[in-house]
Amino acid sequence: MSELTGLYALWYREVKVFLRERSRIISSVVNPLIWLVAFGGGLGSAISFGGTGYQTFIFPGVLMMTVLFTSIFFGLYIVWDKKLDFFKEVMVAPLSRTTLFVGKMLGGCTDALIQGSILLVLGIFFGIQYTVYAVVILVLFLLFVAIGITSIGLAIGSQMSSFEGFGLIQSFVVMPLFFLSGALYPLSGLPDWLMIVVRANPLTYIVDGMRGALLGIYNFPLVEDVVVSLAFVAVMVGVGTLAFKRMSAT
Amino acid sequence: MIIKTEGITKAFKSLVAVDHVDLSIDEGEIFGLLGPNGAGKTTLLSMLATLLRPTEGTAMINGFDVIKQPGHVRRSIGMVFQAPSSDDLLTGWENLYLHALMFGVPAEVRRERIDEVLTLVDLKDRANDRVKTYSGGMRRRLELARGLLHKPKILLLDEPTLGLDPQTREHIWEYIERLAREGRVTILITTHYMEEADRLCDRVAVIDHGKIIALDSPANLKMQIGKSMIKAKVKEPNLEKIRALPYVSKVEAKDGDVSIVLSEVGAHIQEVLCNLGDASFVELREPTLNDVFLQLTGKEIRAEGAESLEERYTRATGK
Repeated sequence: MSELTGLYALWYREVKVFLRERSRIISSVVNPLIWLVAFGGGLGSAISFGGTGYQTFIFPGVLMMTVLFTSIFFGLYIVWDKKLDFFKEVMVAPLSRTTLFVGKMLGGCTDALIQGSILLVLGIFFGIQYTVYAVVILVLFLLFVAIGITSIGLAIGSQMSSFEGFGLIQSFVVMPLFFLSGALYPLSGLPDWLMIVVRANPLTYIVDGMRGALLGIYNFPLVEDVVVSLAFVAVMVGVGTLAFKRMSAT
Repeated sequence: MIIKTEGITKAFKSLVAVDHVDLSIDEGEIFGLLGPNGAGKTTLLSMLATLLRPTEGTAMINGFDVIKQPGHVRRSIGMVFQAPSSDDLLTGWENLYLHALMFGVPAEVRRERIDEVLTLVDLKDRANDRVKTYSGGMRRRLELARGLLHKPKILLLDEPTLGLDPQTREHIWEYIERLAREGRVTILITTHYMEEADRLCDRVAVIDHGKIIALDSPANLKMQIGKSMIKAKVKEPNLEKIRALPYVSKVEAKDGDVSIVLSEVGAHIQEVLCNLGDASFVELREPTLNDVFLQLTGKEIRAEGAESLEERYTRATGK
């Protein structure tokens, strides 16, 4: 019971803080809009895939990207909390490390999903036509991204004691996850070496599932997308929980 | 004995931050850990708060072992950290509410308890403002209030008045005293301010390089170890005679102004003055805790501000 109350407190804090930082919400929505308008619009004037405009084609990928960026940076932000003694206040509470992790993670997921939802609504202005089925599947996959990536962010952040490694994480985790996911290009006709890398990226299956539900363009069956995503989420939550257990408080 | 440490030790790689410390603290006591930055005060406090695991030895807090029963220990203590640890974007009230949730304050008494502690630290009228708008002193008071919210039997305060102006510091001292005297809360406080230890603490442990080098009431410490100074204006001082006295450690004279450093001034002042010659003016300077520290370690407690994050990082990680 007290663990559940603690969980609620951790979640409540994250959501409350998030909703007060309007500038963060605005910038995180503007960023994907720039992708859609500038990249999607610009490149889209030159290419399209079998009747689907490029802008529409990358829409699921850009959705995924929004949640990816918000989630990973939410997780890494814990380094800052630790620096300011803020997290010590939480660590000294009579709550288990698992509760701390889950509370933080759910808070981050909520933030990321709020942003994803804003973008989902804005999609209407880009001519995206939703069905109820598509929306349900999109939200489900966004949830997978949010949980999995927030967990990675928290796991890495909990083991770091300064921001020194941020550039490395950006280059070696965030960018590859995004660019090698098929968010911006179709998977058919990729060179073999690239295909191997792309297929090893769990986010590929998430983008594939989303694009399949929204546009009917897919490379893998939905079941495969869901199974891979679930496995990814399970592993990342496990890694995050372990990382929190090993995290030192100072 | 509400706090008892047994050979508690913390080593970071090559650095022994806390070195086999034995302490016993009674209920309702205000106990001070006095030492320069990097002496191991915060590390010791962190181990008592279960934030750091001792390398060796252990501590009993309110009857619970910090290693084996961290949950019970955490419920028994309230901690106020050195660096700000409240959330700027939330209001004071919200910060307290979250703490109440995390520390298992029962739902029926949450609001009442928050009201109580806000009144105690005089923040009731600012409760619904964001912490961002608070002054340094208000923030500290809020954090003090938060530490008290779950009615801990022990309050651990890490440099509670660091960087505060004298007036605010006086306020905080009053709150702390009231808590110990009226609320029977045991208070363990770290500080490198002499006045703070002197004014507030029932007993003080002087800590340097992770070891307790003296432990007593401030008055006793000063009496036993500290040296007093007699300043006098004497036309023809009999310096040789004074120097020969066994309890005099230093004599200086310049243009008829004589200063004499000696121990246990109360017992010897008569003899010194008799031997000195005709004095037109005599002033007595009592020892301070700084003299005690100087005597014990051969150095002054550095009274500069907070240790920087880098320093703290270096010490914590041993890199």
